[in-house]
Amino acid sequence: MTFPDYSVVFNNWPFLMRGLQVTLSVSAIAVVMGFFIGSAVGLLRLSRVKPLKLIAGAYVEFIRGTPLLVQLAILYFGLPSIGIDLSAFAAAVIGLSVNSGAYVGEIVRAGIQSVDKGQMEAARSLGMNGHMAMIFVILPQAFRRIIPPLVNEFIILIKDSSLLSTIAITELMRAGQHIRARTYADFQIYTAIAVLYFIVTFTLSNVLGVLERRLQVSD
Amino acid sequence: MIEVYDLHKSFGKLEVLKGITTRIDRGEVVVIIGASGSGKSTFLRCLNLLEVPQKGEVIIDGVNITGRNVNINLIRQDVGMVFQQFNLFPHKKVLDNITLALLKVKKINKKKSRELALELLHKVGLSDKADAYPRHLSGGQQQRVAIARALAMRPKVMLFDEPTSALDPEMIKEVLNVMKQLAAEGMTMVVVSHEMGFAREAADRVIFLDDGVIIEEGPPEQIYNNPRAQRTKDFLRQIL
Repeated sequence: MTFPDYSVVFNNWPFLMRGLQVTLSVSAIAVVMGFFIGSAVGLLRLSRVKPLKLIAGAYVEFIRGTPLLVQLAILYFGLPSIGIDLSAFAAAVIGLSVNSGAYVGEIVRAGIQSVDKGQMEAARSLGMNGHMAMIFVILPQAFRRIIPPLVNEFIILIKDSSLLSTIAITELMRAGQHIRARTYADFQIYTAIAVLYFIVTFTLSNVLGVLERRLQVSD
Repeated sequence: MIEVYDLHKSFGKLEVLKGITTRIDRGEVVVIIGASGSGKSTFLRCLNLLEVPQKGEVIIDGVNITGRNVNINLIRQDVGMVFQQFNLFPHKKVLDNITLALLKVKKINKKKSRELALELLHKVGLSDKADAYPRHLSGGQQQRVAIARALAMRPKVMLFDEPTSALDPEMIKEVLNVMKQLAAEGMTMVVVSHEMGFAREAADRVIFLDDGVIIEEGPPEQIYNNPRAQRTKDFLRQIL
């Protein structure tokens, strides 16, 4: 065994950073969009309107039941062959958001269902309609509970964004692959990438951990 | 005030209410007793449509709430409810628990809502707890806040669903005292409870429900001292 020479990483640092930047921006957009999609899906799954409930359920089942890698391939390689051209960036953002939305949808649904049904009854017995009760009583309580699983989902999303390397997005993983192709320094490059992903996810989980504790203080 | 005709309610195949007919007059305090599973809570919950009966009518203050085109949210403002598990909103301070529906449903301004809430907290003896969160209150205190919250809507009727059943013995009295005070002020009350002391002192009438039908009803002394039906006698023997 030889001690790896990490100068290759530092020599290519700006290129890696550009990749990291892409990872962060695509992930940030997908986290926000995934959250909105997921919130809508979670609420629809609890809706009394049967067709909406079924559609939301089918969406969750389909997305959860198929690999993200395949979903991305359909979006980026599949759609053009039937005449729908998405840019790599659009395919990446849509793919990640739609994927994450399904998981967030389940988190939101479970969060709402975890609120004791007496809360809804109390709100309704005071004359609130269903929407008011949801907005002022149920959702604030559900939100606090879904933060930990939501943070978990965000972290998974960031890591999953490495799959975008397969659809011509030069995010962190693909940036690394480019460097590796020139330098053959597989060990140094991939370990460096792992550390960079870890720094991002670890920071995120700590920042959101603080938010979580703040919210719990007032509960 | 409340008229109930031939009320039927089933959960799946289980028929819980098998035709209840009764009336509750304005200012009357009615206590409903019966074994668990007798349908007493279900009956109470039909009075504000937390349970929707399959058959029969509930008429509150002249409005048939089981009819079509009824704005149930409007009716519920007139029918306060207190639950066994209090059901305070844990994410809101005591004061905000009381003002929430005032602000959002009755659209009363902040200042007036606050004044009314503080007045009601004073009434239930919890003026000093306005800024506390429910989890910092004892069960008895939480239930008194729940009563204040329901009263804030200025209801014409108050429903109590086993209001003291989840309380430690030493806290039952403080809740019953608030309820007695309400009764003395002339509030129309329907109370599901086995608290015989309360029934004897505050109730005008006791209804004994068994297996989804009213077996017997009458003044508390008569029901407790001289029950006519055998089933009432059997039940009272078990709880005494």
